[in-house]
Amino acid sequence: MALIELRNVVGGYGGAPILNGVNMAIEQSDIGVIVGPNGAGKSTTLKAIFGLLRVTGGTIEFGGRNIANSLPDALVPIGLSFVPQEKNVFTTLSVEENLEMGAFTRRDDFKDTMDWVYQMFPVLAEKRRQPAGELSGGQRQMVAMGRALMSKPTLLMLDEPSAGLSPRYVIEIFETIMRVNKEGVGILMVEQNARQALAFASRGFVLANGQNRFTGTGAELIADPEVAKSFLGG
Amino acid sequence: MDELIFFINRVLISGTVLGSIYALGAIGVTLIFGILRFAHFAHGDMMTMGAFIAFVLAGLCAALGIVTPLPTGFVVLPVAMVIAAFLALGIDKGFYAPLRKRGAKPVTMLIASIGVTLMIQGLIRLIFGSGTRSFYDTEPKDIFRIDMSAFGGTRPISITEPQVLMFVVTALLVIALHLFLTRSRLGKAMRAMADNADLAQVSGINTALVVRVTWVIAGSLACVAGVMLALDVALMPDLAFNIVLPIFAAAIVGGLGHAYGAIVGGFLIAFAETLAVFNWTAVLRPLNGLLPEGMALPANLALVPTEYKLTVAFVILVVTLLVRPTGIFKGVST
Ligand SMILES: Nc1ncnc2c1ncn2[C@@H]1O[C@H](COP(=O)(O)OP(=O)(O)OP(=O)(O)O)[C@@H](O)[C@H]1O
Ligand SMILES: [Mg+2]
Repeated sequence: MALIELRNVVGGYGGAPILNGVNMAIEQSDIGVIVGPNGAGKSTTLKAIFGLLRVTGGTIEFGGRNIANSLPDALVPIGLSFVPQEKNVFTTLSVEENLEMGAFTRRDDFKDTMDWVYQMFPVLAEKRRQPAGELSGGQRQMVAMGRALMSKPTLLMLDEPSAGLSPRYVIEIFETIMRVNKEGVGILMVEQNARQALAFASRGFVLANGQNRFTGTGAELIADPEVAKSFLGG
Repeated sequence: MDELIFFINRVLISGTVLGSIYALGAIGVTLIFGILRFAHFAHGDMMTMGAFIAFVLAGLCAALGIVTPLPTGFVVLPVAMVIAAFLALGIDKGFYAPLRKRGAKPVTMLIASIGVTLMIQGLIRLIFGSGTRSFYDTEPKDIFRIDMSAFGGTRPISITEPQVLMFVVTALLVIALHLFLTRSRLGKAMRAMADNADLAQVSGINTALVVRVTWVIAGSLACVAGVMLALDVALMPDLAFNIVLPIFAAAIVGGLGHAYGAIVGGFLIAFAETLAVFNWTAVLRPLNGLLPEGMALPANLALVPTEYKLTVAFVILVVTLLVRPTGIFKGVST
């Protein structure tokens, strides 16, 4: 059984629906990558899963139960985490406080998880007392991911984690995502660096006009001449 | 020496009392702005409301013949704070929460809070009448006189017991607030939500709980500020209405959303006001001897006449908005 499964999801921001039947399935071992043109509804798909907008049709099953229209404070405790594309750190809080906020829903001792995050991002351990707003773009992205990992999710959703990063940092953040995945966290992410991300994706989805146009492994999508021509820039 | 003592009595002590009141009021305004993103105009009247709650409780104590070692206004303060906190929660639930749910704009919220202002004032007049009352009808205030004759002063530094208690209570509350905001899980969540409400929600923070905590803190601190103001001046229905401007000025000067900024802003505005209306002749009198024959300092050398005290806060506010719109500490934008 899939960790998360979207069936014919329809939803939007109150006006005309933006999503017109999105279908997706991800296992916990998967790295799923959503690509597609601007305005296709990629971010909207992640927000719909996370209860940040109204789902008016279809189902979203997570761990066997329908979570459509559940709110984040109910979703985080059952293993879902989300890193938005922008404004994804608390700039006036220290790095450590950012991580603590990721563990807000946990009432157990989360020291181990914090050590695990610091192990994954050693820079953050050095800067734990520094306000997150003073970090570089790449380091902020690490804080954002670290925050999302503090709730020990089984599915981590990331919206364009490489946006605005220099090529060196893009590779670094992708490698981190793969490492997180190896530690047993399913990944569902949106990426503009489509070719680069699909290369390591076990599931790839091409979204256009709020619908899946192509679905397959990352390698299959890269190899598909039609996908390459229309969506990956030749 | 006497001039210095006069200065201490009239500026240092009065300024600190006023600063405490402004700071406690401004903390509430700034926290509400940080979390709910609107200017809570009714905050002054929450202060008045708190003062009347304490007044009723003090009256109850007197009627029951309870004699307290400290001024009754302070003894009943914790109970009054709890009641004020519940009333603040009730006001939010009754008036602001329904608007929030419908996604009301900040302007709508501001106007709603003006409505709450009128309502609270009306209710207080209805129940207590529009007259002026005093906490000291039944008990006179103790005055501590610190003898300064050892330093060549002929007059003492005088400070009343309520004033001493005000400093102590304010200091304790500020320390408690600081510990809450920096050490506790909920306090950090409050700072997180003021910083970025969307991300707080995404993190799974119970934002409704944070909103309730905000009202509890704002409401109970407003109660303390109101009681202090009533002890310092007198108790009347439009008591705090007149200090809404300095309180908002304090919150804005300190940087909206920034609790420590509100404290600094509160004392800054209070001392500016106190110094502006202070009669400098009293301190500069010794200089008269240096002036040529027939010339003397005018009898009143205050920068601003007392009745125009309010303009001081206004001027500071305008200058801040022109020079450094984000306040001393960088406040949250929008
Ligand atoms: N908060 C919102 N309210 C109303 N409409 C929105 C909102 N956010 C996005 N939209 C609309 O939804 C559509 C899909 O937007 P979405 O952000 O999902 O695109 P995307 O695929 O993530 O694009 P990009 O690659 O530019 O990030 C767009 O037409 C956009 O205008
Ligand atoms: Mg997007």
